[in-house]
This record gives sequence, structure tokens and C-alpha cells, in this order.
Amino acid sequence: MNKLLSSALASFGFARLIIVAFLIVLVIGAAVLGIPLGPLLSNALVRTGMNGIFVLAMLPTIISGIGPNFGLPLGILCGLVGGLLAIELDMRGFPAFFLAVTVGIPLSATVGAMYGWLLNKVKGSEMMVSTYVGFSFVSLMNIGWIIMPFASPEMVWPIGRGLRVTISLADRFASVLDKFWAFQIFGVVVPTGLLLAFLLMCGLMWLFVRSKAGMAMKAVGDSRQFALASGINVDKYRLLSAVLSTVLGAVGIVVFSQSFTFLQLYEAPMGMGFPAAAAILIGGATVRRANILNVILGVFLFQSLLVVSLPVINKVIMVGGVAEIARIIVSNGIILYALAQVSRGD
Amino acid sequence: MKRSFLFDNMVVLLFVAITGLGIWFSGLSLGFVVMDLVTRIARNGLMVVALLIPVTAGMGLNFAVILGAMAAQIAIIAVVHWQIAGINGILLATLLSTPLAILFGLFIGRLLNKTRGQEMITSMIAGFFADGLYMLLLMVIVGTLIPLRNPQIMLPHGIGILNTVDLAILRGAVDDLYRMSFPHFMVLVAAIFLSIGAWFQYSTRGSRQPSAKRALPFFLIAGAAALSFVLTRSPDSSFVIVSVPVVTFAIIGLACAFLGFIATTKLGQDFRTVGQDQHVAKISGIDVDKTRIIAITISTVMAAWGQILLLSNLGNLSTYGSHISVGVFAIAALLIGGATVTKATVGQALTGLVLFHTLFLVSPMAGRNLLGDAQLGEFFRVFIAYGVIAVSLAMYAWKRAYAGKRQLRS
Repeated sequence: MNKLLSSALASFGFARLIIVAFLIVLVIGAAVLGIPLGPLLSNALVRTGMNGIFVLAMLPTIISGIGPNFGLPLGILCGLVGGLLAIELDMRGFPAFFLAVTVGIPLSATVGAMYGWLLNKVKGSEMMVSTYVGFSFVSLMNIGWIIMPFASPEMVWPIGRGLRVTISLADRFASVLDKFWAFQIFGVVVPTGLLLAFLLMCGLMWLFVRSKAGMAMKAVGDSRQFALASGINVDKYRLLSAVLSTVLGAVGIVVFSQSFTFLQLYEAPMGMGFPAAAAILIGGATVRRANILNVILGVFLFQSLLVVSLPVINKVIMVGGVAEIARIIVSNGIILYALAQVSRGD
Repeated sequence: MKRSFLFDNMVVLLFVAITGLGIWFSGLSLGFVVMDLVTRIARNGLMVVALLIPVTAGMGLNFAVILGAMAAQIAIIAVVHWQIAGINGILLATLLSTPLAILFGLFIGRLLNKTRGQEMITSMIAGFFADGLYMLLLMVIVGTLIPLRNPQIMLPHGIGILNTVDLAILRGAVDDLYRMSFPHFMVLVAAIFLSIGAWFQYSTRGSRQPSAKRALPFFLIAGAAALSFVLTRSPDSSFVIVSVPVVTFAIIGLACAFLGFIATTKLGQDFRTVGQDQHVAKISGIDVDKTRIIAITISTVMAAWGQILLLSNLGNLSTYGSHISVGVFAIAALLIGGATVTKATVGQALTGLVLFHTLFLVSPMAGRNLLGDAQLGEFFRVFIAYGVIAVSLAMYAWKRAYAGKRQLRS
């Protein structure tokens, strides 16, 4: 029994243990300091739903052996184009939301296919290549945001050229999912629609992983040689995983933006891949192995940590930027830890 | 295997063309471009040179140079706090940042030894992680756990360092020690390169390469410098107003010479052996882990010194921003000079510096004249920086994957 416990602890990992312990300390701190837990939990739920699909996007590429998809900005940019188009066509509410998703999916699937092709050429260095492909695509789209022929006055600068840095969705599709069937219980507001959308995507992914294609993808991730020997087209399944991940990035940003109530262009998408990767790792995944539970658990733990840390730390000392510092340290710390673990395993 | 000059220098030639077009369309006078370029090279030179040794040691592009930059910034804040002005302040900052940088270097070196084969992504994430700790130190710990009181560099409520720290007391401390007009500096460059070339030509110590071949680039540069002197010496040319910070260039030159010297030592040989094949290196009795740690540590220390030069040139410190992009821009400059993830030389570093920074300074104007928007030019240069890194990384990984596949088959 003791052995079982210690092996469970070992597989859970030292870094994760610190993070969970830190979260528990923060929650106890919040209770002791008299910070109402209800609003904190509501906030954590919204942010779990907001970021969940990004975290889910890490799953297919990890399963197929590519590793966490640091090139997530590629999909995000496609989803943003969908969102912009919905405003340009003067749509509101759910139709606008669904149009953004419908435009984002084929765009991101095309981009994802090209991205997957590239990742097949650079086996063994996917993480670095995908990071910089993402960065360069974001900086290329900086030029794109200026020269694209959008004309809606709520999106373009009143003087000069190009789209604004942040575009308000208040009159468009802000919070359409968050408010859908939302209810309050014990002072906690539950964003039902948002959580349902996230869980629906998780469910679809769960089904996919158990399908024939999903099993083949897993086989490719476990061992390329073995998959090749059993007649599985390795490159095809890796490419498919890149497409899936990129599409989830596009859907993810539309869902994220409706909660955030703004579309963020220019530099904002650049750093969105890293916290998502960090979340799935916190949930117990490694850069080679992951499941749906890691996604749900990871995003909830990570976002709760960020939500709770701000008011608790600010009660102790009044300084700005604490949540941001915590996010940077925790997310990059866990990625570093995971990277160091891989080589020990090999 | 002999390939054509064109193929070998494809990247450099492409960027010479882009930069040339950029200068043309920007409509800026050559004198102005050179003046700005001289400042920019003096500012960024050492940081690019700092990247070279880890490449030789097979650890790829050291994205963790920003840890060196953070060490420098912590030291500089201390110097400003104590109000030690001028060159003394710079020397003290150097003295303080060096042990910090060594410590950071040892830490990254050990980390990279645990993540063999994924060094670059690890060094990049390590840079981000360190940035978080750096922010924690300067925003939260200073003023609370570290009882520092100094309203000039700290936020009004007494916790955390200001976003911008004025470095007026250090501005130009190195650059203004001794300045020279551009034509005169060209004479100096010609003389120095001619002597180094001659030394290589007639002394055969420590090098197995035919020495005439090693001497040739030095003679060429000496010739080019002499030609620049002849072209720019007339008193009414716009170049006489260009004043060159000689000491800064001397420091960059010494760093290059140091790298050249290291290459001839046992340690330099070890770097190359480890870089080519860690297994072979281990069998031939080299302590691979230690060699790699030394490589990263030298790089981090040079990066710290480079950041001190940069900040004293700029004259103000953006506490939470000055270090962020130095790594990316230095790496982009190195790659534009024709370096790859596995091979980088001093010559490539210097070529890249000139090309990248020319491109950087002309692209806003070129963007405005060509596309009617200076912002487009600015975005374009950032895209070039990221794009060139992405392409280099992909090409390197592609080759490596291909080589791996061939090994599997044979």
C-alpha cells in the first residue's frame, strides 16, 4: 500500500505536487482572509471554459508524438479571421458566433494541413520549429491586419489604416455561451453554455481517441517504427493530429473571445500556446502521453490557481502584476520540468 | 564536395539584396545610414558574438542569453542605486554582473545537460521562466524582503522598481571615452586588419589550415576599409559627422579575438568535438557535460557584458522590457549573416549585424515610401526576424530528420 502510494506520488511528479500544494494554501488563505469563495469559483469556472479548448488542442499532437502544439497561434489567427468576418457582415448573437466558427474551421484545417506537412519534415525538433512558425505567422498577420480589406467602423482605426488592437464584442457575440442556461447556486454563477461547449468538445475528442483513426494515431505516437511495421501511415496520422489541433485552436479563440468580450489582434495570440501546454502538463500529462482527464483537471487547476492567487496575494501586499508573474513562473516552470522529464525517460 | 559560391552564401546574398532595396526605397542618405548603423553595431555587437560558442559546442542557438541580460540589468540597477557615475559605474556593473551571469550559466548548462536534443526549446522556456523570477524579484521582493528605499528608481509606494530607470549617469560612459571620425576610424581598421592578415600569412603557429587562406578575409576587409577612407575623406562628405565609439568597437574586437584564440586551445578543440559527436567526444576522454556547461557560461557572461554596453549606449533602462527581445534579435542577426544552428563564425556574426541592423533602420522609411505606412515597415522587420529563425530551425531539423532516417536504413 505504501509502495503504491509512493509510486502514485512519483508518477504525479514533484512539480505538480508543488503546484497543487500552492493552490491548496491559496484557497485556505482566501478562506482565512475572508475573501468570498463564491465569486472566485465562478471566475475559475468561466476561465476553465474559456481556456479549455486551447488545452484540448494540445491532446491530439501529444498523442501522435508531435508533442504539445506550441504552434497554436496558427489556429487562433484563423479563428480571429472568422470572428472579424462575423462583425464585417453585421451579425449578432449566436449566428455571429457560429459563423465565426464555421469560417474558422476550414481555414484552420487548410493551415493545419500545411503545418502538419512541415512538422512531418522536422521530426524530433517539432517543439522549437512549431514555436517559431507560430511566432512568424503572428508577425506576418500583423501586416495582414493592416492591409486586409475590412471596413466596419467598429473594427478599423478612425484615422489611418488597419484593424484596431482590441475589438469589442459587446454588441456582437460577447458572452453568448456564458449566459446560455447560466444559473446561480450557493453564490456561484455557473456558465452552463460555456462549460457544455467545452465538455462537448472533450466528448467528441474522447470518441475520436477510441475510434480506429484515434487508435492508429496513438500507435504512431507510442512508436513510429512499430506503427510503420503494422502498416500504419505515420505521416498521415501526424498530419491529421496537426489539423485537429489547429482547428481546435480556431474554435478555441472564438469561444475564448466571447467570454473575454474582445477580439485581440496583433501580438496577443503570440503567447497563447504556452499556458495551454502548461495546463495539460499540470493535469498530469507528459510531452508524450496525455488523456482527456489531464485536459479537464489541468485547465481547472491552472486557472483556479491564477484566479485565487491575485486577491490572496494582494491582501498580503498591494502590488500590481502578481497574477501575471504567477502565470509566467508556473506555466514555464511546469514546461521546463516536463522537458527535463522526457530525456530522463529516453 | 565543392559547391558554388552562390549556393553557399544564398542567405547572405538574399539579405544583401533585400537590404540594398530597402536603402534605395527608404531614400535615406548613405551618411545617415552609416551613422545610425555604427551606433547600432556598437550597441548590439557583443550580444551576437556571445551566441557563437554554444553553436560550436553543438547546443544550437542559445535563447537563454536573456539571462545574461537580466544579470546585467540587476547589476545596473544596483549601480544606479549607489549613484556611481561614468566608467566607474560601468566597471562596477561588469564586476557585479559577472558572478551572477556565471551562476545563471552554470544553472542553464546543467539544465541543458538534462534535456539533450531539445536544447533550444529548453533555453527559450528557461528564458521565459527566468523572466518570471526576475519580475518577482524586481516588482515584489525589492522593497519588501529586500529593504531598499530609493524613490528615484522605485515606485511611489515603496515596492518594486520603476518601469523605466534613468541611466543618465552611465550614458555614453564607454562610447564617449574616445571617439573618432569615420574616415579616420577606417584607417585604423585597415591598419589593424592588415597586421592581423600579415601575421596569419607569415606565422604558421597553431593552425593546420593554409595560412594564406585564413589571411585573405583580413586583407579584403583592410582593402575595403582603405577604400572607404578614400571615398569618405573629403571634408564635405556626409561621413565626417559620423563619429565612431572606438572603445566599444575595441571591446567587440577583443571578444572576437578571444573567440579566435579559444578556438586554438584544447578547450576550443573540445567544443568542436563535443559539437560534432558527443559519443565520440566521450570516448576520447572529454568531459562532455562540463564542456557544455563551460560553453553556456562563457556565452551568458558575454551576454551580460553586451547588455551593459547596450544600456550605457541607450541611457535608460526599460526594467521589464530591455532584455526581452535582445536574444531574438541577436539570433536573427547571426542567422542573416549566413550562420546555421550547427555552424557560426565571427565573420558571419559581423556580416549579420551589418545586414540585420541596416534592414532594421531602413524598413520603416522604406515601408512608408513603398506602401504608404511606416508601421508596415516596422512589422516587416519583426517578421523578418522571426521568419529567418523559423526557416533556419526548420532547415536544420529537416536535415537532421533526413540524416536520422538514412542512418536507420543503412
